[in-house]
Amino acid sequence: MGGKKISRRRLIGTAAVAVAALGSPPFVRTSHAAGKLTLGMWDHWVPGANDALRRLVDEWADANRVEVAIDFITSIGNKNALTARAEARARVGHDIMAHPTWQVAVHHRQLEPLDDIVAEVEKAHGRYAETAMFLCRFDGTWKGIPAPTGTHTFPMVSRLDLLKQHAGVDLQQVFPAARDQRKKDLVEGWTYDAFLGHAEKLHRAGRPFANPIAPTGDGQNWLAPLFLSFGSVMVNAKNEIAVDSEETRRALEYMVRLAKFMPSDVHSWDDASNNDWLVSGRGACIFNPPSAWSAARREKPEIAAQLWHHDTPRGPNGRFRACLPYFWGIWDFARNKSAAKELMRFMCGKEAARRLVAASQGYDLSLLPSFLDFDTWAEAGPPKGTTYNYPTRGDETVIVAGYPAPAAMAADIYNRGLITQLVTRVTQGAESIEKAIAWARRELEGYVRG
Amino acid sequence: MVDAATGAAGISVGARRPSLHKLFQRKSTIAFLMALPLILLISLLVVYPAFYSLHLATLNKSMERFVGLGNFEFLFKRQTFWMVVEQSVLFAVTAVVFKALIGFFVAHFVHAIPSKGQRKWRGMLLVPWVIPPAMSTLAWFWLFDPSYSAFNWIFTKVGLGTIPFLGDAYWARFSVILVNVWFGAPFFMIMYLAALKSVPEQLYEAAAIDGASWWQRLWYVTLPMMRNIISITVLFSLIVTFANFDIVRVLTAGGPIDQTHVFATWAFKLGIESGDIPLGACVSLFMLPILGLSAVFILRDINKRGNEA
Repeated sequence: MGGKKISRRRLIGTAAVAVAALGSPPFVRTSHAAGKLTLGMWDHWVPGANDALRRLVDEWADANRVEVAIDFITSIGNKNALTARAEARARVGHDIMAHPTWQVAVHHRQLEPLDDIVAEVEKAHGRYAETAMFLCRFDGTWKGIPAPTGTHTFPMVSRLDLLKQHAGVDLQQVFPAARDQRKKDLVEGWTYDAFLGHAEKLHRAGRPFANPIAPTGDGQNWLAPLFLSFGSVMVNAKNEIAVDSEETRRALEYMVRLAKFMPSDVHSWDDASNNDWLVSGRGACIFNPPSAWSAARREKPEIAAQLWHHDTPRGPNGRFRACLPYFWGIWDFARNKSAAKELMRFMCGKEAARRLVAASQGYDLSLLPSFLDFDTWAEAGPPKGTTYNYPTRGDETVIVAGYPAPAAMAADIYNRGLITQLVTRVTQGAESIEKAIAWARRELEGYVRG
Repeated sequence: MVDAATGAAGISVGARRPSLHKLFQRKSTIAFLMALPLILLISLLVVYPAFYSLHLATLNKSMERFVGLGNFEFLFKRQTFWMVVEQSVLFAVTAVVFKALIGFFVAHFVHAIPSKGQRKWRGMLLVPWVIPPAMSTLAWFWLFDPSYSAFNWIFTKVGLGTIPFLGDAYWARFSVILVNVWFGAPFFMIMYLAALKSVPEQLYEAAAIDGASWWQRLWYVTLPMMRNIISITVLFSLIVTFANFDIVRVLTAGGPIDQTHVFATWAFKLGIESGDIPLGACVSLFMLPILGLSAVFILRDINKRGNEA
């Protein structure tokens, strides 16, 4: 019992140090961050893209002495979205989770605010595209941040030879691989009316245009811009049901005519069917990111050498292209929020974006317009510059399917495939346009349920 | 007094011991203890989720507010819901009828095969049932594939037109029912075969002496002897087919235009894919009274016949 006596002053001092040590957050900014961090990332289509992401994360982890575990989760069968739902319900899971398009809206109540990171990134690299704010900002707070991988748009991918031979269109002339070489009159002539004529000629030549008219991602991401280019919206920005309009009637009438020049089986296509269709050489054009071209490079190089990515047609209301962005979010139940934020800061840098774009062969797009000037898109080929117009270079407005409805409503419109079902009813179900619109109105009334 | 007290205590302890011992020796206690792990497992994996889904079904879309039966009220006003009810009934009843018929006749054919060669036939016919349905349905999906269907390739080769197996609502319904029948018929076959083997041969001999035809033997001997097994297999299959998910999910995902959705796939679409868990829970719970009623009627009939016997 003859231990050393501790004075009252010393005891209080030691206790104060201990309390301060326990009370401070475990991870602070910069190299003091440590511990474990788990990431649930989207499993990339492009071979090698996951490795590039892992390498970048490992570099950051080594420098910051953080142990990082990455799970790459496929989007096939919505597995990534389902995993996020399960984690949100169980309130346990990855610290950072990649969320496709509308899922930040679905989970925003359980996501950490990221205003500080967004402010830093925008200060350094300029403002994010409007789409990012539309999908990530709730009640004035950013709940997600555009992810460095996964974001893609849906341009048209067409066969240069077939369009020239059967429709008389030289796509490299209309949409060259240099922004300053575009001729306004040629681009202006690329309209849905003109495209209907091209589709008819291609159909007659036995190499039709085709894309799914089914509630899949690809189905929605060409029909939603088409409807908007005719001025048709399902629900407007004030959350009012607006499907019953002359614009919707015009869009549906157009689709009835266009569907006659498309293969009859497009109503049962999935997201791979249009890629297979183009790569097999049976079709002349589709709407798709460069994954079809990447697949063709491996399987049919002679077809890949004829593929050109370019703008969508223009309608009476303008020219629109769908985007399927990916976001990163930090769960409010994440165990290592400070390290997660540090990694996000690192991954939002321009060098990280450049390396990831190169690794994905240009598939990944940034929602920072200042990050769309990398050489990857101009150099990709053959044919050289095929993906130059994959980031928007002209007058296209980038939208997400469901826009301009408020995020929660738009998520329902997208997740339930409303537009594709509306089109299917008139093009395949042989329903009248009026009856189909009445059906859509009733469906939308159901989505409003609080 | 002390002795007496001790004696009384001794008697009471002695009396308790044999009763506890007796309790553990009772057949019902042993049976209960042996079934206890299963009871606990079922409680954990079935009873708890069932009550939890009941609770979920009473919440609003964002799961923040109690709405009582409001979700059911909303559901009953939806056109798509009644379409799914109609499709589920059509899918389950048609598939079960065909599975039962095919199973019954195939069982007869296999029963007629000499026992030496019967085993390999039984094994081969069971193959569709033992392959995981998600996997076999994927093979069917490729056979029906919109662009590269093997069936359509053959039809084209023989000069026939192609069929939109998965693109047309009626063909898509036909396809999901066909795959379900293909998958489920072997189960009926093996159950009916077992029942056929248990029919006493003397009954057929007596019928033959009485001059009964093949049809009369089937109608008056085989069918009455198989009635219970037919009822049980039909009930079991009806429950499983009503709750089917994988075949429809893999083959059509409920399309085109929702016309092949059954309760489970629509509940998944609403609850998991669209984030409306309470409504999804309502749809899945809607199956409960339908299946419960069928179970009551069929099992009551079996009990009645059992008592008559």
